[in-house]
Amino acid sequence: MAETAIKVRNLYKIFGNNDRAMVEKVKQGLSKTELLAEYGHVLGLRDINIDMPAASIQVVMGLSGSGKSTLIRHLNRLIEPSAGEVLVNGEDVLKMSAKQLREFRRHKISMVFQRFALLPHKTVMDNVCYGLHVMGKSKAEQRKAAARWIERVGLGGYEDNYPAQLSGGMQQRVGLARALATDADILLMDEAFSALDPLIRTDMQTVLLDLQKELAKTIVFITHDLDEALRLGDKIAILRDGEIVQQGTAQEIVLDPADEYISSFVREVNRGRVIQAETIMETPAPASVAASESFPVEEGTVLEEVARRMTEEGIDNAHVVDDAGKPLGTLTMRSVMAGMATPVLKEALEEETGVAEAEKQPS
Amino acid sequence: MDWLFNWMPEWLVEFPQIAGRNLRLMSRTIDQQYRDFSRAWGDSIEAFFRPLLDFLLWFENILIETPWWIILAAITAIVWFASRSKKITIGSFVALVLIGVFGMWEDTMRTLSIITVCTLLAIVVGMPIGILMSRSDKLQATVNPILDVMQTMPSFVYLIPIVMLLGIGLIPGLIVVVIYAMPPIIRLTNLGIRLVDKEVLEAANAFGSSSWQKLVEVQLPLSLPTIMAGINQTIMMALAMVVVASLIGVRGLGQPVLQAITNQYFTQGVLNGLAIVAIAIIFDRASQAYGQRLQRHREASHG
Ligand SMILES: Nc1ncnc2c1ncn2[C@@H]1O[C@H](COP(=O)(O)OP(=O)(O)O)[C@@H](O)[C@H]1O
Ligand SMILES: [Mg+2]
Repeated sequence: MAETAIKVRNLYKIFGNNDRAMVEKVKQGLSKTELLAEYGHVLGLRDINIDMPAASIQVVMGLSGSGKSTLIRHLNRLIEPSAGEVLVNGEDVLKMSAKQLREFRRHKISMVFQRFALLPHKTVMDNVCYGLHVMGKSKAEQRKAAARWIERVGLGGYEDNYPAQLSGGMQQRVGLARALATDADILLMDEAFSALDPLIRTDMQTVLLDLQKELAKTIVFITHDLDEALRLGDKIAILRDGEIVQQGTAQEIVLDPADEYISSFVREVNRGRVIQAETIMETPAPASVAASESFPVEEGTVLEEVARRMTEEGIDNAHVVDDAGKPLGTLTMRSVMAGMATPVLKEALEEETGVAEAEKQPS
Repeated sequence: MDWLFNWMPEWLVEFPQIAGRNLRLMSRTIDQQYRDFSRAWGDSIEAFFRPLLDFLLWFENILIETPWWIILAAITAIVWFASRSKKITIGSFVALVLIGVFGMWEDTMRTLSIITVCTLLAIVVGMPIGILMSRSDKLQATVNPILDVMQTMPSFVYLIPIVMLLGIGLIPGLIVVVIYAMPPIIRLTNLGIRLVDKEVLEAANAFGSSSWQKLVEVQLPLSLPTIMAGINQTIMMALAMVVVASLIGVRGLGQPVLQAITNQYFTQGVLNGLAIVAIAIIFDRASQAYGQRLQRHREASHG
């Protein structure tokens, strides 16, 4: 994947008055519960190491209380760590002076919040202008840039409304426009869509993916929703109790969950939307294929899409090709269906056939 | 109970107190020292407040010299623009006309001018203190008990040191009123800023706002309803104190009340008292309606 934009190294965060001393105890293996019971400190993050790729979406997923908000707030230093390093484009965020940090936040990194955090006394226009205003841009410049982003997120005509007059989805569009207006390369999104209704949420995901195609920002997206994580994440890190339990692409996590905890998450996932054609293709690639027997699919196409096209074309075979059109391997309707089946279904089926076979056996 | 008192030593029956001689000596020493301090500094302190006095007199003069109907129109207009409420505006107009008809116009103008100046002064001094308090828990812990004392101390006690220092007159009166009226604006500025939504403040931080930008763009606007409530209370406290301050020579509606008490003029007392009530209600309703109008953006109507 592309170069690394954000590097987090050995990051620890402990909430309490004596956090630095507690880091040593945690390093020696003290658990979150023990730390709380014996020393009255809360373990927020433990030994976090992540490389976040530039120009792609890094998702951090975990249940409520797992430390997601704490982690993302270290990236723009809204929270000071107890130990560790945060490097953004090679620059150590923790070594910045107050003034450098302000400049960094104004120009390099911006943020979208779970409960929108708009300024209730300012109009949509003035909210979107806020980052530019803080930078000291002229009124005309502010309004010009803001108007463009308001239009881009689909809020044209609402410039003079106050946030309280808008629905949740529209308010978060304002939040998004406000963050994009500063032209920062890095966009932090803390459960940005979690407060929205499911339909609106899907809508906003589409808006984000569309924007990302055009803008190629480095996005750090926090969510507690696996489907959202799989849909948006180029790379996903899973957090539990302040620790990272697995990192990888959506496919890696679904196919090879690191432990029972993650398996329980991914068991019900729609695999057809996650697993890619080349993952299950049979190699070697055929030397030549007749167009009537097989059609080409590009590398990276998900199985659901392959199945849809097989049905449409009425052909049961496909071959995976790379960018240059060179065949890499083959797929059949059967292998695609098998790839899409969830483990729950597989287990159920295996049990049934198992019972059937046992009945056939003479006792 | 006698048997109980009989076998108890004296100090268990009567509270053991400092000997009267010593107590007198202590009071005299402190008073003497304060008097010396007044003699040394009184003039310079008075000189320091001189511009304020000039401003107050100038403002009072304008209110009194200008023909009554212009002032009446001006106040009615201000109330209208602040409240946009017909009821409050007409009520204010009628109250002012009645005040004029019953011969209290000039005193009312004096009271109005001192209240205006005192309130402005209390805001100018009190708000920054409240802002500083909101930023430091330590400062809050120090200032809050002082405010408690200021608010419970009988208002007459304020008069003593001020009169010793500056004598009788408008300036000591002004200072007394400002000190008495300041606690609410300090408290509610502090409270309002502390209650500002943490997430909004975090957003302001995330966009790299300086602390001045945070104050002006986020904290003050969002705490405005609370601060307005503080201003409102400050005005009411100032009005209450203006009567007491008439004891040390502040002219206005307080003096006829004082006169009425000493001479048992019942009607005069009630009329002037009602005039004070009328001013209080005008200030209160107009400032509250103004505060609410500033909050219109909170209404969740789809437009
Ligand atoms: N300021 C704080 N003081 C003490 N504990 C905190 C503080 N902020 C967060 N925590 C604790 O840290 C853990 C992680 O919180 P958070 O990062 O908000 O989780 P998430 O965003 O994943 O729901 C929780 O156990 C929470 O109670
Ligand atoms: Mg959170």
